[in-house]
Amino acid sequence: MKTLKHLKPMKISIIIQREYLTRVKKKSFLIITFLTPILFAALMFLPAILMVNSEKFEEKKVIAVCDESGMFKGKFEDTDANSFLYLDQDFNEVKNLVKEGVYDGVLYIPATELNIPTNAEIYSKIPLPITLTSHIKSSMKQVIEHQKLLAFGIDPDIVRSAMSTAITLQTVRMDEVNGEEVEKKSFGELEMMLGLFLAVIIYFAIFLFGGQVMRGVIEEKTNRIIEVIICSVKPFELMMGKIVGIALVGLTQFVLWVVLSFGIYTIATMATGTPDLLSSGTVMTEQISDVQQITQDNEMIKDVMDVVNSINFSAILWSFLLYFIGGYLLYAAMFAATGSACDNETDSQQFTLPISAPMILSIIFATTIANAPNSSLSIWLSMIPFTSPIAMMLRIPYGVPYWQIGVSLAILVLTFILFTWFAAKIYRTGILMYGKKTSWKEIFKWLKY
Amino acid sequence: MNYLEINNVNKSYGNKKVLDGISISVPKQSIYGLLGPNGAGKTTLIRIINQITMPDTGQVLLDGKPLSPDDVAIIGYLPEERGLYKKMKVGEQAIYLAQLKGLDKNTADKRLRRWFVKFGITEWWDKKVEELSKGMQQKVQFIVTVIHEPKLLIFDEPFSGFDPVNVNLLKKEILQLREDGATILFSTHNMASVEELCDNIMLINKGVKILEGGVNEIKQQYKTHKYEMVIRPFNEGINIPEGHTILDMADDRNGNIHITVQSENANALIKNILDEGELISYNEILPSMNDIFINLVTSNH
Repeated sequence: MKTLKHLKPMKISIIIQREYLTRVKKKSFLIITFLTPILFAALMFLPAILMVNSEKFEEKKVIAVCDESGMFKGKFEDTDANSFLYLDQDFNEVKNLVKEGVYDGVLYIPATELNIPTNAEIYSKIPLPITLTSHIKSSMKQVIEHQKLLAFGIDPDIVRSAMSTAITLQTVRMDEVNGEEVEKKSFGELEMMLGLFLAVIIYFAIFLFGGQVMRGVIEEKTNRIIEVIICSVKPFELMMGKIVGIALVGLTQFVLWVVLSFGIYTIATMATGTPDLLSSGTVMTEQISDVQQITQDNEMIKDVMDVVNSINFSAILWSFLLYFIGGYLLYAAMFAATGSACDNETDSQQFTLPISAPMILSIIFATTIANAPNSSLSIWLSMIPFTSPIAMMLRIPYGVPYWQIGVSLAILVLTFILFTWFAAKIYRTGILMYGKKTSWKEIFKWLKY
Repeated sequence: MNYLEINNVNKSYGNKKVLDGISISVPKQSIYGLLGPNGAGKTTLIRIINQITMPDTGQVLLDGKPLSPDDVAIIGYLPEERGLYKKMKVGEQAIYLAQLKGLDKNTADKRLRRWFVKFGITEWWDKKVEELSKGMQQKVQFIVTVIHEPKLLIFDEPFSGFDPVNVNLLKKEILQLREDGATILFSTHNMASVEELCDNIMLINKGVKILEGGVNEIKQQYKTHKYEMVIRPFNEGINIPEGHTILDMADDRNGNIHITVQSENANALIKNILDEGELISYNEILPSMNDIFINLVTSNH
């Protein structure tokens, strides 16, 4: 690498500066930076807010009950959204009333020979919400179960207490930290969600910013400014300056997102009055579960909190940053080479697809990896540099031995250096080629120039 | 003394030989024309001088020393395929490009503002490049090429995209730059400007040098012994003796005869003519660079 010797630190920093500032000063950067966390927060909070308040948005529905069995009178509880009217009229008459709009619906429970009905029908002109039908179903179920138990001569209270036995299965992983044995509670779903979340962010970040590198290179080519610049600086300096400048844009955006999300999160929790997200989840569960379940939920939340506390967030944050930077650098070098071989963005597609295939593949395998973070497939994918940024993010919340992270990162860095070297060779030739469609064969020839 | 010297430079891409043993010498403070049809290897040669490409073999000496990476600071290059960042502001961009050539920000700013005044484009400083007309962009491009006061200037088709008024402005500036001490390499198809500006030229075709020398010497070398004369005959008509080829002969309304003649022995011809009429004017027709260029390139094919 003869060129490295002559790199002017000053010049590359001027390039980095320009690449960084022109992007950060753009209106679209500001808009995306500020809108994304708001959209994200909206996506996270709106369903919760809507679910908690859904009944407020709906008109109260009046359901007439035609109960020929006579077992259900007064058994359906009125809620915020529905009220029940028990009528002795003939079902067909009531049906006509529904047609005329007097009632929103009629629940018809026919009499059966055994006197224990198991089916019912509900008629309405408008579609009825699922919360209503499931409310009716569970109320009926309770009444019928009660009746059946009584018929068998069993005290329903005994059964209820027998049925409400809660089983807690705590998964505890035995680990060794600094020679000391440590037992960690784990909670698969949480770690899986965290892993998927990190993997998807890395995936999008690499494509977003890698794509920017490619577009930047193509822009310089189509602008024809490229020859003006490379008579002042080495192509390698220009390429690296662009890659690093855009990486800094990405990190700036990332930091702003974290800060903004935190800000929005605080404001949103204060505004909705829910102390935090986990308890807003409980609000939802409370409404559909009975009292015993709440205590169970509270225990679950305590376990979740234990697991949350046991997850090594600073290790996750560091490896996220390292894998983002490593993965980005590797892919950005390839994207830069791709951009240099193309005259415009449409030409670039034939090259971008094969390059991005490993990333797409690792996203396809995401759930497989998260389900079995220590399978040989997962370990291999987290070692192969093209898939490791995503695969490692999926594994890391479960805890990954440091030596594996070390080896994987070392492979990533070595591959990045090797590919940057290749990319620089392709780039050097590619940026001066105009007018002809480049083939893979041609690109391999450039490596030898 | 030669400022730029290229010794036996070869360059191939794959099996294609682009430059075949090219040597040129460019005297200090002169304008050197690099001529040749498309695909002759001019751009490759220029890229080698700019260290964008490396020669396979051969040597480039600048001021007697082999080219070094630091030399980019004393070379100014205006490529044929040129452009600017469309979305960037003119002044900001000019400063950026000047900084890449090694100027510090303040010097760049000061010098640029002077040039912008000179070219009458000060009000465009804060405009985006995409708002500028093609001609204005070219002016900005010219300014950033010379802003670091390079000792060697390389212009590749500098006049393309300029209107005649600005072509003159540019010619004046180029001559001034030479006066100020710059050595200029000038690649073009525009033969009229070659005759006007260049001290020496080199003609290259298919990677091979086919002609090099001073513009006047070359014209002498390729002269075809054509003369144009106007004669007022004493009697009616004149006789041209054997051994001289008449290419054209016509009377004008004043009774003068215009003759274009080709002759190896012009003096003998004139002696003859003086007996038959009054010689009003006499001119040797030297070939234009354009003729020489076309002649050599087509016979070379």
